[in-house]
Amino acid sequence: MNARLLIFLALGAPLAAAQAATVMIHDATVHTMGALGVVQHGDILIRDGRIAQVGATLPAPAQAEIIEAHGRPVTPGLFGGLGHLGIEEIGIEPTVDDYALKLGSMRPEFDVTSAYNPASIVLGVGRLGGVTFAQLAPSAESSGHGEGGSIIAGQGALVRLDGTVAPVRALFVETGGEANALSGGSRAAQFMLLQQAVTEVRSPKLLLANDVRLLTPAGRQTLLDYLGGSGPVVFDVERASDIRHVISFAQREHLHAVVRGAPEAWRVAAELAQAGVAVILDPLDDLPENFDSVGATLENAARLQKAGVKIVFSFGDPQPHNIRKLRQAAGIAVAHGLPWEAALAAMTRNPAELFGVSDRNGSIEAGHPADLVLWSGDPLEVTTLADAVFIQGVAQSMHSRQTELRDRYLNKLRANAAR
Amino acid sequence: MREKIICLVLSATLCGCALQAGKAAPAAAHAKTAPAAAGSVAGAEFYPSTYQIPASAPTLISNATVLTGTGTRLDNADVLIVAGRISAVGSHLSAPANATVVDGSGRWVTPGIIDIHSHLGVYPTPQVSANSDGNEATSPSTANVWSEHSVDPQDPGFRTALIGGVTTLQILPGSANLIGGRSVVLKNVPSVTYQGMKFPGAAQGLKMACGENPKRVYGTNKKVFPSTRMGNMAGYRAQWAEAAEYLRDQQEYQKKLAAGAKDAKPPKRDLRLDTLAAALKGEIIVHMHCYRADEMAAVLDMSKEFGYHVAAFHHAAEAYKISDLLAEQRVCAAMWADWWGFKMEAYDGIPENMAMVDAAPGGCAIIHSDSEEGIQRLNQEVAKAMTYGERAGFSIPPERAVLWMTANPAKSLGLADRIGTLEPGKMADVVVWNGTPFSVYALADLVLIDGAVRYDRAHPERTPASDFLLGQPAAAGVSP
Repeated sequence: MNARLLIFLALGAPLAAAQAATVMIHDATVHTMGALGVVQHGDILIRDGRIAQVGATLPAPAQAEIIEAHGRPVTPGLFGGLGHLGIEEIGIEPTVDDYALKLGSMRPEFDVTSAYNPASIVLGVGRLGGVTFAQLAPSAESSGHGEGGSIIAGQGALVRLDGTVAPVRALFVETGGEANALSGGSRAAQFMLLQQAVTEVRSPKLLLANDVRLLTPAGRQTLLDYLGGSGPVVFDVERASDIRHVISFAQREHLHAVVRGAPEAWRVAAELAQAGVAVILDPLDDLPENFDSVGATLENAARLQKAGVKIVFSFGDPQPHNIRKLRQAAGIAVAHGLPWEAALAAMTRNPAELFGVSDRNGSIEAGHPADLVLWSGDPLEVTTLADAVFIQGVAQSMHSRQTELRDRYLNKLRANAAR
Repeated sequence: MREKIICLVLSATLCGCALQAGKAAPAAAHAKTAPAAAGSVAGAEFYPSTYQIPASAPTLISNATVLTGTGTRLDNADVLIVAGRISAVGSHLSAPANATVVDGSGRWVTPGIIDIHSHLGVYPTPQVSANSDGNEATSPSTANVWSEHSVDPQDPGFRTALIGGVTTLQILPGSANLIGGRSVVLKNVPSVTYQGMKFPGAAQGLKMACGENPKRVYGTNKKVFPSTRMGNMAGYRAQWAEAAEYLRDQQEYQKKLAAGAKDAKPPKRDLRLDTLAAALKGEIIVHMHCYRADEMAAVLDMSKEFGYHVAAFHHAAEAYKISDLLAEQRVCAAMWADWWGFKMEAYDGIPENMAMVDAAPGGCAIIHSDSEEGIQRLNQEVAKAMTYGERAGFSIPPERAVLWMTANPAKSLGLADRIGTLEPGKMADVVVWNGTPFSVYALADLVLIDGAVRYDRAHPERTPASDFLLGQPAAAGVSP
């Protein structure tokens, strides 16, 4: 990784003004997701916001705060998937929904990251659920009133749930039947338009003054960067035949393509594995929600993993409020054939690798920023909760707007009961 | 997934919406009115259930952990099913000679799960516009429509819900309208017609909706009434006032007939008012989609003004703020475990909601899905709500939590005498789980409805898939 990538930019002050202290988590079952594998009775030393050491029976520095884990599991902070974290405070309210550009033209230069609100209460709820990083993803939407967007939704950054933003970006493209309204009514036009844009970027000299151009100069530069491999291009795609089109387009144009959604990915698992294309999927997709997902099955994750495809979990619904539920979806994938470690990797190491931050996220290794979670039990289990959450070595507040609402009305309930 | 967005967010408007009904107590004003057999409620007798209980051998589930749905947990216990009914629950039960014996060692047994808020069949998958049949969003009051007339029994979601242990479900109209229409209660059995799924003798429900959805569908989108919450209330009240007058006219007519007046002329029949009058009489159970505490309280006042009972508020994101009021008035709350924020009226939703409603003395907490995904694992939704509740300091053992998906929803549907517990005489709607149901790894091994095995995890092919999936190349290789 490029050193520049190590710098996280603070968009705003983290909610808790806590300082990163020296902390020793003692006697944990540490799922490092790194070279050390699982360390039983493991200790983790956190110093200056980073993981200083991981191992069995580490000496505790004199000034360290000791957290006794009593064998409880520690994992890397979890990935919250792709979506609208911090850019959609609540649904259906245009003044707090910043995730879709509907200018009616193709604008790959649109970067939704500057809309990210570190003070969104949705971040606090996610943190309490053990989620420490997520990928911002703008949506391509057709409003149905003529001011729709384009099949290129724009870019988004990888963010931490302490409000910081990584200087890496991904580009998002919408394909398939649900994007027909954005491509003149036919999915066949989606790759026609993409090809036209690529040609415009690669052969600018061919453009004449009166040519119909899809892109602005800034858009051409953005797309050129992605064609040069500057970051992943994430294609939202469902039907097996459409996934094949993505694979061949990516190979032809040398894109770092990723497919997202992909309920029928298992049907083309071997081709995805051979092309090295990762799949971002929702483990709960098991119904033919539309004609592009007739092959949906709860075994999608297990079958892809078995075929050697890198998988990452994300809910298909980009709304950010339920990201704490993603670990449940991972557990359900386990109940349907996915190895447990692979399920945890799909929300830790794999997304970090996919989005280019594996030098600092997704595994518990010496030198990495200390983003980790101490759990009350099996982290994929529905009866487990996060007991402690660290982001960049800072113990996160275990309060949120939700716990404040709870406590206010719990007090009322108890007062009435005592009456 | 994108579809889910349509249904939850937008659709909180356009899709379903969440209401449930509980049939708990008839309105005080009508306390003497016995719940009528479904067949006698305005027109319902012409749309009878054709569901037949298949013959099945007696079944003995032995040596299992049994959550009875009455608040009791029995370890190493047996459940005996004879002629489609629970015959006995206890230790060392002897099986009749011809009984099928199921080894329950290491397994848990619960009553079948009941979801009082589903739109399966009325918003079936695939979600094509041609099959979008859940909201008659052309008028704010469509009490004349019945969800059963939209139910597509070939919705693949019925089968996936069955695999998740759901044996009974209420299909509601959506929440676009102030008054959306009548609901239907179904047994989750494969059938070519909805009548073949219809729960025999179950009362119909009435779906009503508070808050944002009717305002948005009519006021914001169509620039017609209602566009405000006060407009919503005025809208319901006008309908109830009209229904009360209709009911009076009908009663006058009956009196005249009884007095032998041969020239008595019946009032002109009105399908919309038929439904509302039946709700006022307590023959149709009122289920109301409502998120905010203040709106629920206003609706409870309205129910007194017109003399009806709200069985359950559905979604009820803020039920925890008025858990005492709901308990006092014997109104259930049907909730999600942890959904929130997908629209303004869901902003204050918290995952302790279930536990706090349950904690009020007499409180009636119900888990509901409003989702073709959520309905597949309501046991896990209960587990999460239980876990958040325990962390908040409540003691919620599994034998208590199981009520949220069995006995309490049965009560809200007016079916507590038939389903929801494993008591002798009840319909044998039973789930045998591979371990505790309150786990992410829980799977239903066997699902029985009226004593007949409808799903067997060892033989999934015996549960037919939807006609829609036949001959679809893309579905080949999807697990049986």
